[in-house]
Amino acid sequence: MTSPQKIKELEQTANKLRRHIIEMICRAQSGHPGGSLSAADIITVLYFYKLRHKPQEPNWPDRDRFVMSKGHAAPVLYAALAEAGYFPLAYLNTLRQIGSSLQGHVDMLSLPGIEMSTGSLGMGLSAANGMAMACRLDKRQNRIYCLMGDGEIQEGQIWEAAMTAGHQKLDNLTAFIDHNKYQIDGQVSEIKEIQPIADKFKAFGWHTLSCDGHNMKSIIEALEKAEKLKGKPTIIIAETVKGKGVSFMEERPLDYHGKAPTPDEEEKALKQLCEIEFKEQK
Amino acid sequence: MKVACREVYGKTLVELGKTNPDIVVLDADLSVSTKTSTFAKEFPNRFFDMGIAEQDMISTAAGMAACGKIPFASTFAVFGSGRAWDQVRLTCAYTRLNVKIVVTHGGITTGEDGASHQANEDLAIMRAIPNMNVIVPADGFECAKIIRAVAAYHGPVYVRLPRLATPLIHENDNFDLKLGKGIVMREGKDTTIFACGIMVAMAMEAAEELSKNGVEARIINLHTIKPLDKELIIKCARETGAAVTAEEHSIMGGLGGAVAEALVENCPIPMARVGIKDVFGESGKPDELLVKYGLTAKEIVAAAKAVLKRKT
Ligand SMILES: Cc1ncc(C[n+]2csc(CCOP(=O)(O)OP(=O)(O)O)c2C)c(N)n1
Repeated sequence: MTSPQKIKELEQTANKLRRHIIEMICRAQSGHPGGSLSAADIITVLYFYKLRHKPQEPNWPDRDRFVMSKGHAAPVLYAALAEAGYFPLAYLNTLRQIGSSLQGHVDMLSLPGIEMSTGSLGMGLSAANGMAMACRLDKRQNRIYCLMGDGEIQEGQIWEAAMTAGHQKLDNLTAFIDHNKYQIDGQVSEIKEIQPIADKFKAFGWHTLSCDGHNMKSIIEALEKAEKLKGKPTIIIAETVKGKGVSFMEERPLDYHGKAPTPDEEEKALKQLCEIEFKEQK
Repeated sequence: MKVACREVYGKTLVELGKTNPDIVVLDADLSVSTKTSTFAKEFPNRFFDMGIAEQDMISTAAGMAACGKIPFASTFAVFGSGRAWDQVRLTCAYTRLNVKIVVTHGGITTGEDGASHQANEDLAIMRAIPNMNVIVPADGFECAKIIRAVAAYHGPVYVRLPRLATPLIHENDNFDLKLGKGIVMREGKDTTIFACGIMVAMAMEAAEELSKNGVEARIINLHTIKPLDKELIIKCARETGAAVTAEEHSIMGGLGGAVAEALVENCPIPMARVGIKDVFGESGKPDELLVKYGLTAKEIVAAAKAVLKRKT
């Protein structure tokens, strides 16, 4: 059981990541806030609770590995890596600037802690499978994690990879779907229905779990369950809200998929995030 | 004597696998054709048949490379380059990961299967990707050396092999092969013929024919199309004053394109490209196709004569 203290700590960290996300994207006046905010709690649990990793030794061969398949959610990963100590927090100010290590989509060569370059959707799960297969060959005890968007799973390669993971019985792999229900052109269900997601993965040879992607306890429970499930990879369908934590983004997620808030909106967003934190502290 | 490079590939993989436990091999349901099946028999634990899923195969190989493996991923040239181009670009080349994409059935001599299976554009689309290395061995001896050299090299590589057994252009394996360095196959002062793959043997034949007419053609075997041996190309251009390229590929963007780019900026000289002229192939016997699509010693001779006329 995770202590209430730890849960609170994680919630505060997630809130910090959310503020970084807003600040980075506003400074750059470019980037993807909606899908970064929806993934913030999952990323927090991974980097500050679950992953066995050493920020001071990013190439430690036995580390757990995380692949951000939806590479446009780079800001949430950058915020987590900086908070975990992979690089100075000050770097976050350089997002998307020329010469910066913080590329618009994640780039494994420019920053420590990034396991795969992504940005063209649909490739991350294959790469995560490759890692799981390689680590299994080497008899490592580590685990591989991957995060996909719900729109992203419309890509054919995801299903090639889903079939591979099932066939290879990669039980050292846990993948998340950030089920925030929106993609660029509209609601996922209207653009091209992906449901029933769990049944699809089940049919491809996966264990399936779901969680509340904004509830630390729920995310942790799903991850711990996934670790114990043997013989198959596990998919965790995380119910999330695009733009989570910022009211006007939650209300109009289509306007904030890949658009930076204005300075006024930034102030409003940060104020809301600070209030959440304040409420929690009371 | 003729040897099939893909047979050599399979055998070389097994030799490499014996000494290097990090070598892993992936295929996309073509292992019997690409000859990775030879490795699969010897090392079943390190062989992964990914099924008919080339995009998945390439990104999976990238993930393995990210964990320190040396993956060789094989399929036909059309699929390894075209079907998985975005995956090669982002997950292998942008990342500079140690993935070896070794494809077979490159070019028009794939034959009877027809246009869908004849990769005549693969060198161009692979060459356009930053960090990629693009290599075409000219015979079985070169193939063995190249497979060993790419295994020892750290970074993404595309190696293209033909379907057919092809003539040996070296007498034995007692020669030096360095990735990125062309091989002088024949000296000559009147023109240089730059060739790769099966066209090197034809260039040699063409040079014999030209010699009978008093024309001494130098032959450069450019097994590495990227990185291009510009130094050697420019030197030959200065010394011979005319150039012909010969490749089993479109004249756009492959060997001919690469040599033209190097020459036009550094030493513009009369030049002609022998290759496929921006058309799709068709079904047929490889020898018939070579003639119909202009990939013969005779075409090289004609091209050489034409550039010599333009030489001042
Ligand atoms: C192959 C590819 N096609 C299109 C895009 C452009 N694109 C970027 S994000 C996105 C929508 C992603 O939706 P989803 O996976 O649901 O992500 P989220 O809503 O969590 O941001 C698209 C189409 C891309 N990056 N890659």
